Amino acid sequence: MLIPHPLLGLRDAQEFTYLGDARLIERPTSGSEADLAEYVYLRDNPAGVHRELWFHEQGDRSWLVVTRNTLTHEILGAELARDVSLARKGETA
Amino acid sequence: MKRLSGGLIDRSQHLSFTFNGKRYQGHPGDTLASALLANGVQLVGRSFKYHRPRGIVAAGSEEPNALVTLREGARAEPNTRATMAELYDGLVARSQNHVGSLNFDLLAVNDLLSPFFAAGFYYKTFMWPRAFWEKLYEPAIRRAAGLGELSELPDPDAYDRGYLHADLLVIGAGPAGLAAALAAGRAGARVILADEDFRLGGRLLAESDLLDGAPATEWIEAVKAELESLPNVRILTRTVIFGVYDHGIYGAVERVSDHLPTPGGAVRQTLWRIVAKRAVLAAGATERHIPFADNDRPGIMLAGAMRAYANRWATGPGTSAPVAIFTNNDDGHRTALDLMARGVPVAAVIDARRGVERQGDYRLLPEAEVVGTQGRLGLHSIRVRTSRGNDTLQVGALGVAGGWNPNVHLASHHRGRPVWDGEKLAFVPGQGGPSGLFPAGACAGKGSTAEALADGLRVAQEALADLGFAAQAVPLPHAESRQDNTAPIWHVPGKRRAWVDFQNDVTVKDIALAHKENMRPVEHLKRWTTLGMATDQGKTANVTALAVMAELTGKTIPQTGTTIFRPPYTGVSLGVLGGGDTGAHFRPRRLTPTHHWAKANGATFVEVGPWMRAQYFVRPGETHWRQSVDREVLAVRAGVGLCDVTTLGKVDVQGADATVFLDRLYANAMASLKVGMVRYGLMLREDGTAYDDGTCARLAEDHYVVTTTTANAGPVYRNMEFARQCLWPELDVQLISTTDAWAQIAVAGPKSRELLTRLVDGFDLSNEAFPFMACAPLTICGGLRARLFRISFSGELAYELAVPARYGHALMARLMEAGADFGATPYGTEALGVLRIEKGHAAGAELNGQTTGQMIGLGKMVSSKKDAIGNIMSRREGLAADKRLLVGLQPVNPADTVVPGSHLFTQGAPRDLAHDQGWITSAAYSPHVGSSIGLAFLEDGANRMGEVITAANPLQGSEVAVRVVPSHFVDPEGGRLRA
Repeated sequence: MLIPHPLLGLRDAQEFTYLGDARLIERPTSGSEADLAEYVYLRDNPAGVHRELWFHEQGDRSWLVVTRNTLTHEILGAELARDVSLARKGETA
Repeated sequence: MKRLSGGLIDRSQHLSFTFNGKRYQGHPGDTLASALLANGVQLVGRSFKYHRPRGIVAAGSEEPNALVTLREGARAEPNTRATMAELYDGLVARSQNHVGSLNFDLLAVNDLLSPFFAAGFYYKTFMWPRAFWEKLYEPAIRRAAGLGELSELPDPDAYDRGYLHADLLVIGAGPAGLAAALAAGRAGARVILADEDFRLGGRLLAESDLLDGAPATEWIEAVKAELESLPNVRILTRTVIFGVYDHGIYGAVERVSDHLPTPGGAVRQTLWRIVAKRAVLAAGATERHIPFADNDRPGIMLAGAMRAYANRWATGPGTSAPVAIFTNNDDGHRTALDLMARGVPVAAVIDARRGVERQGDYRLLPEAEVVGTQGRLGLHSIRVRTSRGNDTLQVGALGVAGGWNPNVHLASHHRGRPVWDGEKLAFVPGQGGPSGLFPAGACAGKGSTAEALADGLRVAQEALADLGFAAQAVPLPHAESRQDNTAPIWHVPGKRRAWVDFQNDVTVKDIALAHKENMRPVEHLKRWTTLGMATDQGKTANVTALAVMAELTGKTIPQTGTTIFRPPYTGVSLGVLGGGDTGAHFRPRRLTPTHHWAKANGATFVEVGPWMRAQYFVRPGETHWRQSVDREVLAVRAGVGLCDVTTLGKVDVQGADATVFLDRLYANAMASLKVGMVRYGLMLREDGTAYDDGTCARLAEDHYVVTTTTANAGPVYRNMEFARQCLWPELDVQLISTTDAWAQIAVAGPKSRELLTRLVDGFDLSNEAFPFMACAPLTICGGLRARLFRISFSGELAYELAVPARYGHALMARLMEAGADFGATPYGTEALGVLRIEKGHAAGAELNGQTTGQMIGLGKMVSSKKDAIGNIMSRREGLAADKRLLVGLQPVNPADTVVPGSHLFTQGAPRDLAHDQGWITSAAYSPHVGSSIGLAFLEDGANRMGEVITAANPLQGSEVAVRVVPSHFVDPEGGRLRA
């Protein structure tokens, strides 16, 4: 698989480490145990388009949010996780 | 035997080879199979289950029977298809799967016992007694049923891996593939043309038909010459495309030197990852059999293969006796005509269809079927049932033409579903499948030469237009355009066994049995009967089996199921998948800065993840590792020891918000850490479990260096980057791993301060100026920049001194020299382990992902005043209530040994899970205590000091009475490290 790194262009998937659902970015700040339990344990596992976290461990050490179709492995896009997180924080602020 | 005329063999050269020890001759251009047939060898092996004599069936990679062990010694390769083994001078091959000689296989008794070996027999019979399966039944069955044997010697050959890139990959170099490659090559696209054969041409090489009135080889050679002249075209012969992977990546194996007498020296095989924007699948078609009674005797072949051997390899089917053809289509007649043209006598063409006519001067038996065969080690005669009664024909070989199956394999990767073409009676590529892969020619159901040429050109031009290449004129030669007119005659019913899958010994009866047992879906049929498994993956069998099952169920073939194929198309050796990454190259090996010093000073090394660390240093006279380790431990406690601790992970953290960042990362408070001080830090996982520990040193207001355990250096850094980029990107903080940049040496023991005083450049090491847990950047040895941390893993007065990695070796030598009068002693990971167990420090065995901060006695450290990773979840019910605690254990009898992994029980309690009280995580012989000691997690450990309990290890059969003691065996008050 090839991942379109927003800074480095197409890179082989073997350079990356996979983590999973990009919702891990949305760490709850409420301090509630229930919210954290959901954050830690409950995730969607869709058959289809999925946003997920990949770490460019053998590269520039960027965390990316990659949009991938889990049925076809088609990669629909990739963004810097940092930008995704900042945008989200801007919205909720 | 005399070879036939013509053919693509070089008669000017002779190659000698041996099969089962007997010497034969062949020519360049031969395969082992063609050379064996040319020498009159029909019997080449024994079948998988019944040990029936078997011969060559096919002429290509679909061969189910002719599996031989090629070469000898370490290079012996079992299950090599004789049809794919290119002949070379000195080739040595042996037949497989027989006890005794190939002609008199003792296990042929299995054939007489065949009623017991039908599908599902093992599942039902060898159930009881249970223990017999592993010890008796399975070994006996595996010995009797099987293919070749491995040499079990290391592979002496080299393999390689590489990437190739193309606009258009053309898979198969038959008429469709050559037309496609020519179109793409002329259009200027980057083209890769791959074929598993050693010669371009595909099925054209096997036929006698003319192209533009000339032999097909003339056109092939012209195309080849043009493609070779184009710099944008790469031709890969002897290369199989075995699978389609994501994003247009194709797996290919090139057999670089398998055809040479000695494959060593150069690379034997190369694994190519071909990245192609588009691909044309021109994989051709595979002929199928028509099962009839005893249809598996040597000499019974696919008719198209028989024709290939005659036309391409100038050999008959290994007999001088007449040949018969059994067919359900017109293509069978072509074989008869070609054989006759080459001088092979044809006894009859037996056509199962009604109303067919002769196409040449041969005896035709219409509406007839082969109903039996004779000949123990090779075919002698066949029985034929015609409308006028039964007849026996004396023949030495029989060609069977059951129609052609398109090679849809690669098109059915990526969820492609082939569809049934009721007119052509074949599965052709359907919807889905790999995007960018387009089938053309015979594999798309367009099997005549004219159709294949035109289809290859059309599909390539469409793909090229899609990629923006302007089309170039490619005139195609005039070629035959016959149709086969195959009739739906799938097998000849009868009482005797009729083989569907030769390689797995699956017969029509087995399919009937599967039907009776309700194993009717194709997935069940396959697993119940083993149909379509093993090295050929049912290339000649699957569709026929489906047709038989359809007949039994009264359904149509598409209603019954579809056969799809997973990678690989043909077998891929593990060697080539490994590439060069074997032995020492299996994974990178990391050496510490003092590695060569340690090696020169008697170190024995141990693998710690990718690192090689000094385990202990053997001195003259020491004969047991314990002598070395005990000496090293005592030297640290009494004088001073030196240990390379570079492998611990180091992360440099800088920025205005570094303090905030680290405070959120560590479970314990970090915000209050002063500049010039170090603090122990505990990291939790977000679920509240203890994750990793280390030290956090504040070198400046906005500059920290944190350490991790050796094992977690990578993962902790990854998590820190996750926290920085994903959780708190608004913080001004930067990270970099400096594990490799700094060599770090622990200087531990009561004499450590005095030793270091001799190295530092006017730095005050007094307890007042540089107390326990202090840190500072400084210079040593007259100007070398260094960092000093007063931290202790051993419980003694101790420091860790870091210098740029390239000075690590020199620093170790200098410390040894400067500390000679103190008896400075290098120590390894064993002594390091003993020292930390004596001090009760947690390490990997305690931080194993199942333990909490409370359990390792650090529960109070976990701050409830802040939201750091894992803090909130660590307080949840269940985790927080856990009363297990890290304690020390000492054997009541000092001569006893505490065994790590033992479980703890109250004395006299039953040894079961309900009474389990905990387990021993670490143990060592403590020279300080004078006995074996251990660390353990014990239920309610805080309240059980002094109690005697039992440590049971049923795996080692040990039961030891141990006393519960505090986990600090040495200096529990911590006076030494603050001295």
